[in-house]
Amino acid sequence: MLRKMFDVLEGLYSHLRSMGLVLKHTFAKRVTVQYPEEKPPLAPRWRGRIVLTRDPDGEERCVGCYLCAVACPVDCISLQAAEREEDGRRYPEFFRINFSRCIFCGYCEEACPTYAIQLTPDFEMCEYNRQNLVYEKQDLLISGVGKYPGYNFYNVAGLATKGKPKGQHENEDAPVDVRSLLP
Amino acid sequence: MSSVVTSLLVIVFVLFSLLTTASLLIWLERRLLALWQDRYGPNRVGPFGLGQVLADMIKIFFKEDWTPPFADRPVFVIAPTFIVITALMSFAVVPFSPSILVSDIDIGVLFFLAMSSLGVYSVALAGWASNNKYALLGALRASAQMLAYEVFMGLSLMGVVAITGSFSMQAIVKAQENIWFIVLQPIGFVIFMIAGIAETHRIPFDLPEAESELVAGFHSEYSGMKFGMFFVGEYIGITLISALLVTLFMGGWHGPFLPPVLWFFIKVFFFICGFILLRASLPRMRYDQLMAFGWKLMLPLSLLNLMATGAVILWSS
Repeated sequence: MLRKMFDVLEGLYSHLRSMGLVLKHTFAKRVTVQYPEEKPPLAPRWRGRIVLTRDPDGEERCVGCYLCAVACPVDCISLQAAEREEDGRRYPEFFRINFSRCIFCGYCEEACPTYAIQLTPDFEMCEYNRQNLVYEKQDLLISGVGKYPGYNFYNVAGLATKGKPKGQHENEDAPVDVRSLLP
Repeated sequence: MSSVVTSLLVIVFVLFSLLTTASLLIWLERRLLALWQDRYGPNRVGPFGLGQVLADMIKIFFKEDWTPPFADRPVFVIAPTFIVITALMSFAVVPFSPSILVSDIDIGVLFFLAMSSLGVYSVALAGWASNNKYALLGALRASAQMLAYEVFMGLSLMGVVAITGSFSMQAIVKAQENIWFIVLQPIGFVIFMIAGIAETHRIPFDLPEAESELVAGFHSEYSGMKFGMFFVGEYIGITLISALLVTLFMGGWHGPFLPPVLWFFIKVFFFICGFILLRASLPRMRYDQLMAFGWKLMLPLSLLNLMATGAVILWSS
């Protein structure tokens, strides 16, 4: 009997205690981030909206190698490579990303040999019309260098470009005349 | 003639304030639950999210009002109205202030008990007419629970009645001018509060609509405004129990400085927040524990309380 009464009192205490603990939350800080007014901090490597960057000279970095389109697991990238008349530099004739398919995995960024395609910390790209989620080249191309400020693919590629023969690029030795090494 | 106009005005005032309270409670409950769970709750529609009430009402009115083909149609349609009608009827005897009172009948307390017993029919009939096993289980639980808790709900009030010497609500409030009955009848207060929570089937005693076990219990098959009626009925029930706690134990409209109506509303608001705090903090009871708690603990306790009260009254007279 006494044991039973003690149990009842203990239960009563535990209920009142839990109510008190909940009541203390009146003054606790709320965890909700009130999104449109209060933006959550995004990590610098956040994989968001995809952009095409330019090299420090202001030229398109993309050389139309199709590696991004191959790496893309949902096949949302489509492009057509072309060659420039004056110097034979490759560029994409069109470059299209269907963001309604894109899963923002970042494989295209990993695959890109020229750091042209990059993912940015931006996710606010809602549209009322699904068709508007298909971004064309003019929507994707930005005028900056993105995450790699000094990088210029043609300066380190070892390829001859207009006005710069082989061996004239950054950190590049003059070409070795293989025949001269023959005994 | 003027007395008819006055009583009509009072009725309109009571109905208006009750239905407003019931709809605002939806918002209040969501905001307070959110506050105690470190969230914000609805705060987008209108100032403080108050427009949420309107949005919810519009939504529920435009929902399809569907009666399942296997249901007992007339009973199915009538059942939800019972809970609202009985809860609103009970307010006829609640004194809001010395003058604002629909009817000061001599058996006010008994009238309230009768009405809350009738409220069981709503739940029982809803569960029966739904022709759904979960709804029936919910209705069974509700009937058993309300029967059990009705008994000592009445008994817990008898202490107050014995001290006052009247069943009239207004007389009970007037008897508390010097000392509130919560001081004289603390056990009666606690028992009545527990029984009241069980009567409105709110969280620690919400077995009739236990979501995790019975889908939605007795209102599983209800949708649209019929479900809304159960919802409104529940909130009016909370207001009713709070109002009665205030009237019977917390001195009713008595209070310094402020006008009596305001005091009444402040006290009722306090208890409503208490009900929501209960919901925020306590888990649901197991069914057998609920019945054991009712019959084996609360009933003897309320009888003991009544006997002790009677003994003290006899001793002092």
